Amino acid sequence: MKRVYAKEEYCVGCRVCEVHCIVAHSDYKNDIVKAFKKQNPRPLPRILVEENRPISFALQCRHCEDAPCTKACITGAMQKDPETGVVTNEESRCVGCWTCILACPYGAISRNEQGKKVASKCDLCSDLGYTPACVKNCPNNALVFEER
Amino acid sequence: MNYVIIGNSAAAIGAVEGIRQIDKESPITLISDEPYHTYSRPLISYYLAGKVSQEKMYYRKEDFYRANQVETILGVKATGLNTAERSVSLADGRSVGYDKLLLATGGKPFVPPNLDMSKQGMYSFIKLDDVKAVQQVAKPGSKTVIIGAGLIGLKAAEGLAKLGVDITVVELANRVLSAILDEEAAAFVQRNLEEHNVKFELNTTVEEILGGDKVSGVSLKNGKQLDCDFVIVAIGVVPNTDLAKGTDIVINRGIVVDEQMETNVPGVYAAGDVSEGYDLIYQAQRVLPILPNAYQQGENAGKNMAGEKSAYKGGFAMNAIGFFDYPMITAGIIKPEGDEFESLIASDPAGKSYKKIVLRDDVIVGFIYLNKVDRAGIITGLIKEQATVKAFKQSILRDDFGYINFPVTERKAKMLKGGRTA
Amino acid sequence: MSLDLLTPEFLIERDRNRCIDCQVCVRQCANEAHSFDAEEEKVVSKDEKCVACQRCVVMCPTHALSIRRFPLEFRENALWTGRTIKDIYKQAATGGILSTGMGNDKPYPIYWDHMLLNASQVTNPSIDPLREPMELKTFIGRKPEKLEFKEGKLITKLPPRMELDVPILFSAMSFGSISLNAHKSLARASQQEGTFWNTGEGGLHKDLYQYGGNTIVQVASGRFGVDPEYLNAGAAIEIKIGQGAKPGIGGHLPGEKVNWEVSETRMIPEGTDAISPAPHHDIYSIEDLHQLIFSLKEATNYKKPVGVKIAAVHNVAAIASGIARAGADFITIDGFRGGTGSAPLRTRDSVGIPIELALAAVDTRLRDEGIRGLVSIISASSIRNSSDVVKAIALGADAVYIGTAALISLGCHMCQKCNTGKCNWGIATQDPNLTKRLNPEIGAERAANLIRAWKHEIKEMLGGMGINALESLRGNRLMLRGVWLSDRDLNILGIKAAGE
Repeated sequence: MKRVYAKEEYCVGCRVCEVHCIVAHSDYKNDIVKAFKKQNPRPLPRILVEENRPISFALQCRHCEDAPCTKACITGAMQKDPETGVVTNEESRCVGCWTCILACPYGAISRNEQGKKVASKCDLCSDLGYTPACVKNCPNNALVFEER
Repeated sequence: MNYVIIGNSAAAIGAVEGIRQIDKESPITLISDEPYHTYSRPLISYYLAGKVSQEKMYYRKEDFYRANQVETILGVKATGLNTAERSVSLADGRSVGYDKLLLATGGKPFVPPNLDMSKQGMYSFIKLDDVKAVQQVAKPGSKTVIIGAGLIGLKAAEGLAKLGVDITVVELANRVLSAILDEEAAAFVQRNLEEHNVKFELNTTVEEILGGDKVSGVSLKNGKQLDCDFVIVAIGVVPNTDLAKGTDIVINRGIVVDEQMETNVPGVYAAGDVSEGYDLIYQAQRVLPILPNAYQQGENAGKNMAGEKSAYKGGFAMNAIGFFDYPMITAGIIKPEGDEFESLIASDPAGKSYKKIVLRDDVIVGFIYLNKVDRAGIITGLIKEQATVKAFKQSILRDDFGYINFPVTERKAKMLKGGRTA
Repeated sequence: MSLDLLTPEFLIERDRNRCIDCQVCVRQCANEAHSFDAEEEKVVSKDEKCVACQRCVVMCPTHALSIRRFPLEFRENALWTGRTIKDIYKQAATGGILSTGMGNDKPYPIYWDHMLLNASQVTNPSIDPLREPMELKTFIGRKPEKLEFKEGKLITKLPPRMELDVPILFSAMSFGSISLNAHKSLARASQQEGTFWNTGEGGLHKDLYQYGGNTIVQVASGRFGVDPEYLNAGAAIEIKIGQGAKPGIGGHLPGEKVNWEVSETRMIPEGTDAISPAPHHDIYSIEDLHQLIFSLKEATNYKKPVGVKIAAVHNVAAIASGIARAGADFITIDGFRGGTGSAPLRTRDSVGIPIELALAAVDTRLRDEGIRGLVSIISASSIRNSSDVVKAIALGADAVYIGTAALISLGCHMCQKCNTGKCNWGIATQDPNLTKRLNPEIGAERAANLIRAWKHEIKEMLGGMGINALESLRGNRLMLRGVWLSDRDLNILGIKAAGE
């Protein structure tokens, strides 16, 4: 399947990916300012930039073949789509037990602090139907969306 | 091929999904004494607290059985197993034949003989029916004694506290959650629970249940006597091996299985809380009664039942749990004894956070994360890989510890692997 | 510390209605002009740190930022401008030479803008490059006096040459002054577009030997990074005598920019200043230059053209004649607007002459002396667009070098702070936090796009003039007319006034 891959040699640590991830998962998908200023609580970025200068890179759910989070999930909210391979968290079923956080070897699932109880993770912008927002907006092509 | 699965929880569902990855055709019959659509056992305390409805407890969507062509026999207990004839007899007199059988009967509550469960007001806290019964008596202002400060007992306490029930938890050990926390971490957790009006009696146990037909209180070994309207027994869970007893199937603590989750009797498999799986840390077969292991064992059993040789790579104890929005994640050996272990600890009482990482020869064998649980899975992953952490040991307790701390080649290999965790 | 008397040059305007305090600007400014005030939970800016590189403006996800000239005005004075006054403040504070980057920015006349091209009307047909072939192929090197054929086949042995698909090369910018990613971008673009890039005087990084077929290796007075392997790695060799931005002085790379990769490539110890002597200490005459040219030819088995680069100075024509006679295969003339990674401000702004006049003078002189065929002329400095290229060719250049324009294609915003090593665009820096901002995959594509775009435009203009081969335009000054130029200027340029 197509996944997002980071090229750390070109990641400039700007975190524009995080900004656009927030926007893509807000109610204002075409308005950055509103997504940040109007939506409360503000969605958490589902992509994480790790940085230890000069190295930096963005990391998000790898949509593992053998996704341990889906096997650990106690509610069945975390599921891998058998057709697309995308691992998504059905937020209405998630109770925030954090077993997925325990299971994810990439540390790519985070608690949604504002909502307290919903795990937030990359969904490859599946509902947007195009290239993930982080990849689309990376100013230095340090993120690519491809089959490997 | 005719598959029969006994049980309807994580291991059973894992098996259905495992079988259907390989064999999309052959009939699967799933038998459970509970009359419900598959639901998540760990959610019963959430149900009690009113945080999830019964529908939201469903472990898989409502069309799960139909979509996977599973024939269900729900609300009927499997009472007998004849491995020679390859058949299971049911409480309603029916008999079901199988080519491949999975025992995924889970665990049952451990009740010491001095606790008379026949008294009115005595409850377990494992199944949906348990919690539905508790719901009837858990009125605001009512009093309860919970026996056992383990995961189940404390989850019950949290749910009941939210309903305004007066709670005292009795625990034989010197601390709460003794299986997954050390003393220092347990103190953090206990303090937090106490702030939410949960009372504790540690280092003691219930000697006797007081009252006639109906519970009126308990007397403790330490001499105290507690009045209560009902008692929840949450001492522990033991493998529910009833069906295998009296057959040729070898039972140790749980049902003994090989890497393919098959018992010594060909065609009979076992998975989940009823069986013993390989523990990566202890390097021995052990009962690992936690949901992620149950699912994985079940899935693995399913694949093998359908003809694909697939080895269960083993698991280890690991838990993510929280009480009153105070989360914790623990895994493996958390209170090591012996010179071969090294413990890295970062304790922050002001921030109510605690981190402990236990190493053996620079390989992580266990950890406790309290409050700051983000990215704990990286540590779980390192335990699973049994990889040496020598190169980044000094960064491992940092709050921003992550892939950035891994040596560059290791990091790139992991990130480029495209998520193949195997 | 006493007052330094300096006031900000630029004003950072932040539209608070648009700013989302995402801190992208904070993370992107190497000059630390933006910072996050944790107490106020908002991003704030310090005007005095801003150099107007516009990295933050471009990166800001909500376009909340703009940069303006700082509105503070000095009392109006034609002689004592704010800039003049501030320069004195700086020197009074430091006692040092004023240093700067990029080319001369003073309002001297730009001759390109006083020359206009011809086009065909009625009496001769123009050519449509989309429908008819158009030849831009350019050879750089010595031309044989005559060609001999036997049985239809060329038997004259041709001297070594560079073959270009387009008359534009990337000019010398050393590794050290610019980043490895900038070098990679230019090298790849050259390969893609069939032209050449120039290493500058800092040697060739091992990773770039694979682009040797499109590389001109430079030999300067410091001889940094020069060994037989290097000389043979490129397609041609250029001896650098001078540079338009700083004629008469050598290059200077501060030790801070000499990291291990630069050190290895330059063959000097890490962290040491790389100071090129002002002259080549083995060249005090045309005869000495002849010796160096032939030493280099010898070292490369006479297989590669060897050129000489000089700054355009007062007697450039006579010098060029000497260089042609000394055996060079091409001469690079770098005008007074040529760029630099670092130069003393006064030298950059006050030394040298305009390339347009120098180029015309050299071409005329070599023709007059009957030696124009001995060398190719590469014109360097201040080429901003394709019409400048066409005008340079018409004035007599065989090809042009572009440096500044190439860097702009890579993202340079002309803030002139190359000398600080804090290039926010990852070009004129060796800071690993900054160099990765230039992704050579993107850089190569953009630089190649620029060349391709200019190629199309050159063809359009040639077609308009009714010319279908660039060769027919070389030194064809009839295609140029001057406007707003003195008779003297027109005379030196060798062109007629508009209307004549």
